[in-house]
Amino acid sequence: MATLSLRDVRKSFAATQVLHGIELEVADGELVVIVGASGCGKSTLLRIVAGLETATSGQVVINNRDVTELEPADRDIAMVFQNYALYPHMSVFGNMAYGLKIRGMDKAEIERRVKAAAEILGIGPLLERKPKQLSGGQRQRVAMGRAIVREPALFLFDEPLSNLDAKLRVQMRAEIRRLQRRLGVTSLFVTHDQVEAMTLGDRLVVMNAGRAAQVAPPMEIFERPADTYVAGFIGSPAMNFIPAVLEDGGASAKLEDGSSIRFADGPRPGPAGRRLTLGLRPEHVEPTNGDGSIPLTVELIEPLGSETVVHGRAAGGMPIVTRLQGAFSGQSLSVHLSPKHLHVFDAETGRRLDS
Amino acid sequence: MSSTALPAAVPMQAERDDALLRATRRRRVMSKIVAHGALILGVLIVAFPIWMTLVGSTHDAATIGRGDVPLLPGSHAIENYATAWNEGGGKSRTTPAALMLWNSLLMALLIAVGKITISILSAYAVVFFRFPLRMAAFWAIFITLMLPVEVRIIPTFQVIVDLSLGNTWAGLIIPLIASATATLLFRQFFLTIPDEFVEAAKIDGAGPLRFLKDVVLPLSLTNIAAMFVILFIYGWNQYLWPLLIINDRSMETIVVGLSKMIGSGDSQNEWNTIMATAVLALLPPVLVVALMQRWFVRGLTETEK
Repeated sequence: MATLSLRDVRKSFAATQVLHGIELEVADGELVVIVGASGCGKSTLLRIVAGLETATSGQVVINNRDVTELEPADRDIAMVFQNYALYPHMSVFGNMAYGLKIRGMDKAEIERRVKAAAEILGIGPLLERKPKQLSGGQRQRVAMGRAIVREPALFLFDEPLSNLDAKLRVQMRAEIRRLQRRLGVTSLFVTHDQVEAMTLGDRLVVMNAGRAAQVAPPMEIFERPADTYVAGFIGSPAMNFIPAVLEDGGASAKLEDGSSIRFADGPRPGPAGRRLTLGLRPEHVEPTNGDGSIPLTVELIEPLGSETVVHGRAAGGMPIVTRLQGAFSGQSLSVHLSPKHLHVFDAETGRRLDS
Repeated sequence: MSSTALPAAVPMQAERDDALLRATRRRRVMSKIVAHGALILGVLIVAFPIWMTLVGSTHDAATIGRGDVPLLPGSHAIENYATAWNEGGGKSRTTPAALMLWNSLLMALLIAVGKITISILSAYAVVFFRFPLRMAAFWAIFITLMLPVEVRIIPTFQVIVDLSLGNTWAGLIIPLIASATATLLFRQFFLTIPDEFVEAAKIDGAGPLRFLKDVVLPLSLTNIAAMFVILFIYGWNQYLWPLLIINDRSMETIVVGLSKMIGSGDSQNEWNTIMATAVLALLPPVLVVALMQRWFVRGLTETEK
């Protein structure tokens, strides 16, 4: 079992810098998910850990051993690829055994390990088949089996679920989680899917434009996003952002329509007039008829069954999304912004402002 | 009223349908006749010379020598083929066809295998490795495509003679082994091998030669088979280079030997033996195509990616 440390990892492709100094400590047995939009550098980071790319500067340390200069094969890692990368001319057994065979392991031991891994993954009867005779989910399992038999210090997953259909994805997600817990292998998992990230990770690294915007457990990221990017990226539908300015004393903010909203958890620092972005998740935009409510014109209704997402627009043209229990129909809606759940960000830097 | 009109209308309708049906049938038959006619004409044009050769190889020398061109097989097949096989043709009783066939086979096989080996290795280097002047090397190979063998045949001849390789197998085969076409084709195929295979192999710990042997070659088998067919025939049909570099008649290839059998006109050509030799020269390429084609069609239908 092993730990992983990334120390100030930077990467440039010619003049373009894609990673701006990533720091990360992964504890033994932990599953850390790297999540971000396309082009944020998450795959590059994973490939640097794998040794498939060389970092421009910085260190990759696996189990207290600096592996920055080592070949992928010498890093004691295994990787599951997005399209599985199963060798099409080899049987399932051949695919799983290949890495061990190259390392010169004896036949009986290879057979034992492959059988054991196949057992865990429930692909025992498929060992003689070729990859093209397998379904997507089965290929996915074989790809994981190939990683498991190696008994590596570190598992790397590069969007392994994105080629599966929605139902299978949910199933395999749970399976990967169970398997990782059971084997207790330190893992790094890259995905662009925030639901995958939230459900799988012990901790998340939310990447934005080559930087780690926030590294924290899933619920902390959800409840206390470090900046507007993280706030908008995690959570579906996305958080509402409302421009405002800080009022005298820092205890409240003034919205564009002139109304004032008081922070429930204490004053924020800064002079009066400091420009803010208030964030509020759709489920915390509550329908009301009381005083100080904001009237919305309904633009789009998305029924999800047990709840309904309503896209509305306030008087000033500001879009507000709300999530209501049960069904909804109608042209207009009055809502109340729940101060308890308000996230306050600096409008210039996008950073979270705490009381 | 209407009840009397209706029965009359029905047979009329049926008659019209019948006419339509007949017209359709006629059109179908006509289009079949036209299609088959065109095909048969094509086959006749292509096959007639071969038929003439076959027929010619079964008559005695006198029949053809008289200027009669028989269209039906004669009765001298066995002796003609035996003469060609054992003694060769022409007045001077040149190299026997058996030896020439063996020479041609050896040359064609070595050229095909050599070309495939060299071009796989160079395509592998160009596609999977990053080294200085990689693209320059590729383009250098590529532009030789534009130079036919005949253009560089004098300098090549000079080089080979200077190396004292005239009249040797090495001198015959090595200059024909470099192949820009095969390199290009293998490069195009290698480019379709997903990068993930390379990366998975790196993580599995397979070195470059291991990856070539375990992954690239098995995936290229069908391409190799196709290239083998093409290159074998290319090698078999070589004429100008063997003619220049080989003087030793015991190393003569059948394509060159065949042309040497035909005299300059002073003496009677033994057309029967020449045609028998020509038929023998046809057989190996036909065999290779027939056997390998089945193999690579199977490969194409079982596409692995």
